[in-house]
Formats: sequence, structure tokens, C-alpha cells
Amino acid sequence: MTGGDILAILQGAVVTVTLSLTGILIGLPIGLSLAVLRWADVPVVARIVTVYVSILRATPLVTLLLLLFFALPNIGIAIGPISAAILALVMNTAAFNCEVWRASLMNFPRDQYEAAQSVGMGAGLRFRRIVLPQIVRSSLPGLVNEMSLLIKVTPVLAVVGVVDITRAAVRIGAETYDPLPPFLVAVALYAPIVFVLVSLQRWIERRQAMAEAAA
Amino acid sequence: MIHDFGIVWSERNLLLSGLGNTTILSVLSAAAALLIAFVLTPALMSKQQWLAGIVRGFVDGMRCVPFLLFAYIVYYGLPSVGLRLDNWTSGLVALTIYNAAYMAEILRGAWAAQPREPIEAGIAFGFSNLGLFRRIVLPPLLLAAGPVIGNQMIQIIKDSAFLTIIALPELTHAASSIQSRHYVPFAAFITAVFLYWGLCLVIEAGVSSIDRLAMARR
Repeated sequence: MTGGDILAILQGAVVTVTLSLTGILIGLPIGLSLAVLRWADVPVVARIVTVYVSILRATPLVTLLLLLFFALPNIGIAIGPISAAILALVMNTAAFNCEVWRASLMNFPRDQYEAAQSVGMGAGLRFRRIVLPQIVRSSLPGLVNEMSLLIKVTPVLAVVGVVDITRAAVRIGAETYDPLPPFLVAVALYAPIVFVLVSLQRWIERRQAMAEAAA
Repeated sequence: MIHDFGIVWSERNLLLSGLGNTTILSVLSAAAALLIAFVLTPALMSKQQWLAGIVRGFVDGMRCVPFLLFAYIVYYGLPSVGLRLDNWTSGLVALTIYNAAYMAEILRGAWAAQPREPIEAGIAFGFSNLGLFRRIVLPPLLLAAGPVIGNQMIQIIKDSAFLTIIALPELTHAASSIQSRHYVPFAAFITAVFLYWGLCLVIEAGVSSIDRLAMARR
């Protein structure tokens, strides 16, 4: 394995991180909107969201990705590997995020909501000023956990030809007939990324537990 | 569109054998992972620092590596060090070892949350070692960990789909093969999605019946 090979894997790392961040940034607000739709119990829509989340949580990302990549062009929507990858990641992570947000919404104390109502706050203001800041705090550990899960499923994107860390490593392994070294480089790249997120999650949980104990 | 589903229906035997293989893979590796976890968890909670440290390193290490990469290492990487496994063995080994780490962490969490009193009462009644574990520790532990183990089962089913890349004939692989031969991508993959959904609903039903049992015992 040469220096150029390591550079190729690093380029893959840029792709992995970019796609993961894009998926996370788009998936977070969509997950929140889905959760609010269910929480507000909007007729029909809430049921559709429930079924969507249930199906998406059960669907392996590979299967979803292959479905999008091959079936969308079939019905006339042109889609490249990168857009299919982002769409699959967003659809997948939004379903999981929805569950995390919804759990916080369900645990949100009703009396605060009513207090805000009684001082004359409108629905939008109530949500922005009272509900959102608090559910962001309580959802944070779950959301960070979901982010680390998302990064761990990104190697699947290689199936449609996205050259991420794993794909770059596989390619080098096939060229040099010695797959172990590039795989170990790949592990050395993934592990710190995921480890940072896992530590972040533990740190947030500890800090919140301490804040609760102090209160 | 109806015609596409007709093609998928004519290939139902392939899909069903894929579903069967996915189920076999998931159940076998979940059971094996749980058994390994029962060995790892006491080590994880051991007072022997070095032992707890080694197992902690393994568990945290597995949680930081993507499963797909791990499967690649087992299938393509291990032959470099002289260990060649066929795709079924690699798939099973990868799924089992990877998920044993998660199961160990799940059991540790449930174990730590168990009240001490019944165990001390059990000791006072003369239970010891295996008897104590089997009759006093294990039943409430499994009931408490049930839902989380169920979630992990769903995770295992989804991980097993990744094994399509090492040409293991599971459900996603079957759907891919139908799509590549007949070019019916939507019908083939959406059928697979619904079959996965069905599997997960079965597990969720199992979990809620365990929950009811736990409630009844309380």
C-alpha cells in the first residue's frame, strides 16, 4: 500500500463525512416535523407518519438504497448515486429521529404548555419559546446516538458506486491483492469519528444528570 | 405495474428462500451473540481490572466499527492471515461477534439496574452459583432486557441485509437477483421491504408479549 492509496482512502473519508453531515442536517428538521405531526395528532397525516416510521425502521438501508437507485429512474425520475445516497440516508434517519423527538414531546410537561397558553402566547411562539428549547435538550443524547448509527451505515452507500472510505479501501485491496492493510486504515478512520460521537453522547448525559442532581 | 408484481410472484420461491435465510441467519446469530454476551457481561463487570478492561475495549471497539466494514474484514481480510471462511460462515461469524458486543452492553445495563434484595434473599435461602443464577438472577434479567434485546434483534435483521455484498443468498440478495434478471426494481425491492417489515412486526409482537408477562409477574 502506497502513500497514494492512503490519500485515496482519505478522500473517501471526506465523502463519508460530507454525506453523513448532509444526511444529519436534513434529517434532523424532517424528523422533528414528523414528530410534531404525530404529536399534534393531525388526522390521517399522523397515521401515515406512524406507518412510515414503522416501515422505515424495519427496512435495511441497503434495500432502501437499491429501491431508490433502481426504481426512481424507472418511473422517470433521474437520480445519481450521490442523490440516491443522500435521499436514502435522510429517509432512514428521519424515521429514527422522529421517534427520539416524539419521546421528548410525549414527556414534555403539559402544565408548562398550558401556562404559556394562559399568558396569551400563540401556537407558534409557544412551540418556539417554550417547547423547542426544552425538547432539544432532552432529545440530544438520542439524536447524537442516531448520528453515530448513521455514520456506521454509510459504507452501504458504496453499493451504488459512491466512493466512500469503505469503497476506496475495497478498491485498493482488490488492486494490491492484500485487503487487510487498507481495511485497517479504514477502521482507523471510522473508529475515531464514531468514538467522538459516542463520547459526546456520554458527556451530555453526564452533564444533564449533574444538572438534574443540582436542581 | 401489476405485471411487475406478477413477475415477482412467479419468483416467490427465490424470495421465500431469501426470507428463510435472513431468518435463519438472524435467529442463529442472535442466539449465539446472547450466549457469548452471558460470558462477556460478568467479565465486563468483573472486579479484576485487566479483565474488565480487555472486554470493555472489545465492546467499545465493536461499537465504533461499521458492520459492513467488519463483514468485509472477516470475509476478505482474514484470508491474508491464513483464515479462509466461506460466505455463510463469515456472515454468521461477523453477525455473531459484532452483536455479542452490543448484547453484552445491553445485559450489563439490565444487570446493573436489578435490585440487590432478591439475590441476597436467594443466597439466604441457600441458592448458590448456577442455581442462584438460573432461578433468581436470570428470569427478571431477561424480562427487563427483553425489549432492548428485541430492538437489537431488529438491528441484526437489518445488518444481515449487508451480507448481500458477500453474496450470501438472503432476502435483499434475492430481490437484487430478481431485479437484475427481469428489470422490475420497484416491485422486487418493495416486496423485500414489506417482508422485512413483517419480520420486525413479528419481533415487536414477541416483545410486547414478554412485556405483558413481566407486568403479570410484578
